[in-house]
Amino acid sequence: MLTAFLLFFPVAAALLLHFAKGNAARVLALGAALVEFAVAVFTAVSASMNVAPGNSTAAYSRFSINIPWIESAGINFHIGLDGLSLLMVLLTTFLVPLIILASFRHNYPNASAFYALILFMQTGLIGVFVSLDAFLFYFFWEVALIPIYFIAGVWGSERRIAVTFKFFLYTIIGSLFMLAAFVYLYFQTGVYGGVRSSDIATFYSLTLSASQQAWLFWLIFIAFAVKMPIFPFHTWQPDTYTESPVPATMLLSGIMLKMGIYGCLRWLLPIVPLGVSQWSKLVMILSVIGIIYGAVIAIRQRDMKRLIAYSSLSHVGLMAAGVFSLTFMGLQGAVIQMLAHGVNVVGMFFIGDIIQRRTGTRQIPELGGLTKNTPLLSVCFLVLLLGTVALPLTNGFVGEFLLLAGVYQYNPWLGAVAGVTIILAAVYLLRMFQRVMLGPETSFTATIQDLTGSELAVLVPLIVLVFWIGLFPNTFLRISEPAVLQILTLVSRS
Amino acid sequence: MTSIILLSVLGIVNLFFGFLKSNKILLPAAMVILALAFGVNLLDWNAASESYFNNMLTINRYSVAFTGIVVLTTLLLIPFSQKYVRDGEENLAEYYSLLLFSLVGAIMMVSYDNLLMLFVGIEILSVSMYVVAGSDKRNVRSNEAALKYFLMGSFATGILLFGIALVYGATGTFQLTQIDAGIVNPVNASLRPMLYVGMLLMFIGISFKVSAAPFHYWTPDVYEGTPTFFAAFMSTVVKTAGFAAFFKLLMAAFYSAQGFWVPTIMSITVLTLLIGNVGAVAQTSIKRMLAYSSISHAGYLFIGLVAVNGKLSANAIFFYSLAYSIATVASFAVLKLVSDQRQREDYASFNGLAKTNPLLAFVMTVAMLSLAGIPLTGGFFGKFFTFGAAINRGYIWLVVFAVVMSMVSIYYYLRPIIAMYMQPAEDENAEPIVVSGFQSAVLVLLALLTVVLGILPGLLSDVF
Repeated sequence: MLTAFLLFFPVAAALLLHFAKGNAARVLALGAALVEFAVAVFTAVSASMNVAPGNSTAAYSRFSINIPWIESAGINFHIGLDGLSLLMVLLTTFLVPLIILASFRHNYPNASAFYALILFMQTGLIGVFVSLDAFLFYFFWEVALIPIYFIAGVWGSERRIAVTFKFFLYTIIGSLFMLAAFVYLYFQTGVYGGVRSSDIATFYSLTLSASQQAWLFWLIFIAFAVKMPIFPFHTWQPDTYTESPVPATMLLSGIMLKMGIYGCLRWLLPIVPLGVSQWSKLVMILSVIGIIYGAVIAIRQRDMKRLIAYSSLSHVGLMAAGVFSLTFMGLQGAVIQMLAHGVNVVGMFFIGDIIQRRTGTRQIPELGGLTKNTPLLSVCFLVLLLGTVALPLTNGFVGEFLLLAGVYQYNPWLGAVAGVTIILAAVYLLRMFQRVMLGPETSFTATIQDLTGSELAVLVPLIVLVFWIGLFPNTFLRISEPAVLQILTLVSRS
Repeated sequence: MTSIILLSVLGIVNLFFGFLKSNKILLPAAMVILALAFGVNLLDWNAASESYFNNMLTINRYSVAFTGIVVLTTLLLIPFSQKYVRDGEENLAEYYSLLLFSLVGAIMMVSYDNLLMLFVGIEILSVSMYVVAGSDKRNVRSNEAALKYFLMGSFATGILLFGIALVYGATGTFQLTQIDAGIVNPVNASLRPMLYVGMLLMFIGISFKVSAAPFHYWTPDVYEGTPTFFAAFMSTVVKTAGFAAFFKLLMAAFYSAQGFWVPTIMSITVLTLLIGNVGAVAQTSIKRMLAYSSISHAGYLFIGLVAVNGKLSANAIFFYSLAYSIATVASFAVLKLVSDQRQREDYASFNGLAKTNPLLAFVMTVAMLSLAGIPLTGGFFGKFFTFGAAINRGYIWLVVFAVVMSMVSIYYYLRPIIAMYMQPAEDENAEPIVVSGFQSAVLVLLALLTVVLGILPGLLSDVF
């Protein structure tokens, strides 16, 4: 029941928001998001208390709901949680209230619709993470897209129309390929006289030839690759991140990006393991190209928001490489890095937004000397930045260390090239910090004010998480470990 | 059967209401008649299938289901009939009656068991449509539409009749099941070419009615000239009835000649999808875009036809027709309200509609997403079921092509959405579109139905 509540509560709240106006709408939205987070934490705690050693499935089985959806076709409304999806749900429910709070300073016109769409999107995102039926998964995958398209398209900046249009087309075309693959798999389940089903367990148990898996891999992979995005499917990303309003950028980079990686872990690796082993080298190379490509372009950026967008592109490449290394460390690294990246990137975009709102610009050359007037802001910025750079003791370090170890295990050369990411990240991020925060003041920055209460309320939880994940990663790694091991068992079964 | 009698009789009664000349009475009267017909029709759902007129007409679940769609569509559409003629047209009652009569034709098309009944049904439907296409009689475009539709339509009817005659010649019967028996055990095998030519001519005739390529040329022009209200009727009721009839024809009469007609229909499918979708991209008027979109949806329905999967296909076509009809009614209704008051039909006339009329914009968005086949709407499951039926038959390449075409369609279905939500209004002080409370309620109902079909497709995905 808890899973169903987590899934449907946001959309119910979104419908209620329709009756609220202006300030009431955002307070109500924040309240709903906080309730949702509390329930998610409660779920996590009650799950962890019931974990028997060596048997994780029992603890989670009571979160699963399986009722017929389209009965005649054997398609079920099957949702459930395991360690992996639980972490993703926690990340989503943790970030959404912060994203809502972060947007308080903006007075978006038609606020009730704006916040309703955010909550509506939350349902889509959680649906993606808890679905255990292929068509249900696809359903929520698209449901998550519709609200973000409107948020970015309606409240975005000048060039939003063309940019979001490109984004919508890219992602929907990618996911149609995935749908085609799922339909094919679905009909495969009935081939030997069995009853057709789109349940994930049925898909796992399909025996597909290597050649079938080879092309099925691409159909499914493209959907995820566009969402993450992996080079060369990334061209929508920098523009969309830049032109969207900040909450949308946070949703896109903080949570939606993880849909792609989660999809790979849950739906790609275990269903077409032979296809994965056939193509993993190519995907690894693409990911590593993405890492370097994103980083090099980030160095050249003058626009803070765009710089963070490219840095996100670079980081997601490393996560993808970790996933496709098919090693325990790589997968665990990807999981922990999803959390870390979600926290860091949302924080970074928020800092960028604060600076832009205060000074009226986010062009790096026009900024400088902020530290003098804004000690709090500087400290927060620095912590999040160092988390992104992967300094030891911060969250980024744990993730990147595990990821690089995984990639190194797969292929030392690739590991070495991917390792450059840490150096390059330090180059572009520290350079940005230096040019924005240090140095002489400019006409834009002379009268800047420090953080206010509500801004601190967003940043403090993020910073707590930066250190929590950095110092006690086991809190989270322990949750995902059984799920990751299960995925690896499924991958190696062929 | 009762619904046919009811609609015919009450249609005539409705004509006599004409002396009142007041839409305040005529509209509710027409709605009551339709609601009655809808309810009476559903009563037959659990009854055993029954044949009438020497087995020329059969009422079974199939006919009840499709009758349900056409009557419901009309019922939901009719609230938007007001002011469909700009200069205080005085013959309102005639138009309502013509719609009711045309529904009789549509019902005959979905319940025929005999080619003659099919022909009579198509004629009843078409003749009413020729008249209403020209109902905006002082408008040159409307006259052009009526003339074009009439000339092309009668030509197509002639071809259809010729085809029926040839099929009769080859098999010696008009009765569907006996035609099939005649194909399996021909009395005279040398008549086989005649049968094929007859089938082909029949396909051409019906393809014209459902505006499938390459017999679609009339569609954009006729839709553009016809008053929007009747254009909506054409693209929903006529199409649904046409496809139900087509499917019945292929399944009952020509089932054993699949080797001949599957390739034929498949080429029509590919062509229709291509022309409909590519054609729609180039349009600047929303009405013409919807015309091409209706062509493209004929293509998707054809995919359900070529799957020839008995129950699976019938269910898929039913669900698709229903989802498509509801979304199309919603989009035409919004278009009509907007174009009546802004006097234009291009994309820019929708600019900023979300600000002035959030409800209209929302309903239009749901309709567009449904037509584009995006999840959360009925259109998605319509495509899902038809494509599934085709994949089940092994026509993977056809489905891949259809999927590519629906990617194209996203482009033109998003354009009204972009105009409504993301473009500023051209005239800052534009008056909001006036929508009556009742119309708003119907619009909400249309959007709600679309979403319900998109969330709980299981309700209606397995009716046969």
